[in-house]
Amino acid sequence: MSLERMTRTREPGSGARRTRVGASCALLSLLASCGEDARVASPSTEAVTPTPGPEETELLVFAATSLRDAFRTMETRFEATHPGVDVTLQLAGTQELRAQIEAGAPADVLASADVVSMEALHTAGRVEETTIFARNEPVLVVSREARERVTTFADLPRAERIVLGGPEVPIGRYALTILDNADRALAPSFRARVEAHVVSREPNVSQVLAKVAMGEAEAGIVYRTDVRGADPELGVISIPTEISVIAAYPIATVEGAPHPRLASAWIELVLGTEGRTVLADAGFLAAEAP
Amino acid sequence: MNERPTSDRVVAPDRASLAIGSLLAFLLLAPLFGLVVSARPSDLWAALASPSVWSALEISLVTTCLTALLTLVLGTPLAWSLARSEYRAAPAIELVLRLPIVLPPSVAGVALLLAFGRRGPFAGWLYPEGTTLAFTGLAVVLAQTFVAAPLYVQGAVAAFRRIDARVLLVARSLGASPTRLLLRVAMPMLAPALIAAIAMCWARALGEFGATLLFAGNMEGRTQTLPLAIYTAFESDLAVARATSIVLVLVALVVLVVVRVLERRSEAHA
Repeated sequence: MSLERMTRTREPGSGARRTRVGASCALLSLLASCGEDARVASPSTEAVTPTPGPEETELLVFAATSLRDAFRTMETRFEATHPGVDVTLQLAGTQELRAQIEAGAPADVLASADVVSMEALHTAGRVEETTIFARNEPVLVVSREARERVTTFADLPRAERIVLGGPEVPIGRYALTILDNADRALAPSFRARVEAHVVSREPNVSQVLAKVAMGEAEAGIVYRTDVRGADPELGVISIPTEISVIAAYPIATVEGAPHPRLASAWIELVLGTEGRTVLADAGFLAAEAP
Repeated sequence: MNERPTSDRVVAPDRASLAIGSLLAFLLLAPLFGLVVSARPSDLWAALASPSVWSALEISLVTTCLTALLTLVLGTPLAWSLARSEYRAAPAIELVLRLPIVLPPSVAGVALLLAFGRRGPFAGWLYPEGTTLAFTGLAVVLAQTFVAAPLYVQGAVAAFRRIDARVLLVARSLGASPTRLLLRVAMPMLAPALIAAIAMCWARALGEFGATLLFAGNMEGRTQTLPLAIYTAFESDLAVARATSIVLVLVALVVLVVVRVLERRSEAHA
């Protein structure tokens, strides 16, 4: 088996500054993920493009936390091409968004980090047809204190304190599947040895990253996209393909969406060339990847 | 605390105030109503059968009692010092110590992580071995103490200020040491007020969520308190979340009643 190691390369001369930026980003996301929603107001720029119907001036997009950066970029673009439209992004753990939609939240679009939640909503008649628009690869992040000790995924049991997503969060479920696969492929009782060091099961992926970035935990499993722009001192280790799980991200219009036309326009943007480029820039894999 | 001359009772509230005020009362009571009517007796069984509820209950009881004990032991001398101090900065210190009451819990959690975390300013002598307080039961107690102890200190300072200075002077002139003054005169006199204050502190600690989640994490059997268990169960098992929530509402109600009774008693004393 090939246990490749992938560590972020440090950019010369900018280490200290980026560390501080990375740390404050981790703090900000810690704050944001503890609050209820992250509303982003971006100024809409003038553009000569078709305007939506007079009644649709708002769009409420529910998106998994890991989509934060990509969807914020798309929000700016969408508002630029739809003057007068205000897009609100609600970023939270998929399971939280699902619970809110089940309770009748007036969302227009849902972009989930797992197929299971989306299928359940579709079966219950809460969302319309679903399309997979991106894939994401779980990776192992290691704090700078543990980088010497943990250099491959097989070293994970050597980390002192490990944080995972809770079993109700997609990243937590993927992590458990990966550990089960590791039991078969790497060593029996691998999962048990790792779980002996698990100190917290966080309610969303930003909290997992924040706790490793602050050095409280030594290792955690997050998405590849989460470590883009994170502290360059964090170790990022790829999970061997034979045990890894690739997360699929489906998107759908919410049944009874208050703004259905803008909702389809948003989904078109996400599925189109522009959306694919933004997603690829954020580190997502293409939807067609295996 | 609130003195109401009997003549006030003669002037009944006007209808407009009653009607407008009822709106807020409705808003405050509706969520509790929703919680209670949605509950089924089977929820209770689901909660009782859930091992995570039992372990969360145990962790909540142990940590909140430790928080109350720590607050009582350290907070009483602090409140006494603040109440009796002639020092010019004392009122300012008192005000700053009240800050955690109004801080958002997420800010409290981040601040605790930054102060007592592995890379914090005290890490050198706190963690010579390279471990961390985060993710331990002690972190839960610290988070609870940070947000709840100011409630006790505030109540205790107010109580200590109500003591008639002449009583203290008489005790001093009869040879009581300053420490004895606190332990044998002030504390017994003010017992109902102090118990009411510690009960509020305990109830606040029991409800602590945000700072605990950030500083202590969420681990069943180790740091998952009842509010964290409710948050976790909300996504997987709504019945358990409902039953546990109702239990916490009842506990809070009992604490409020106890505090009210004690406050009445301490007013009667004063």
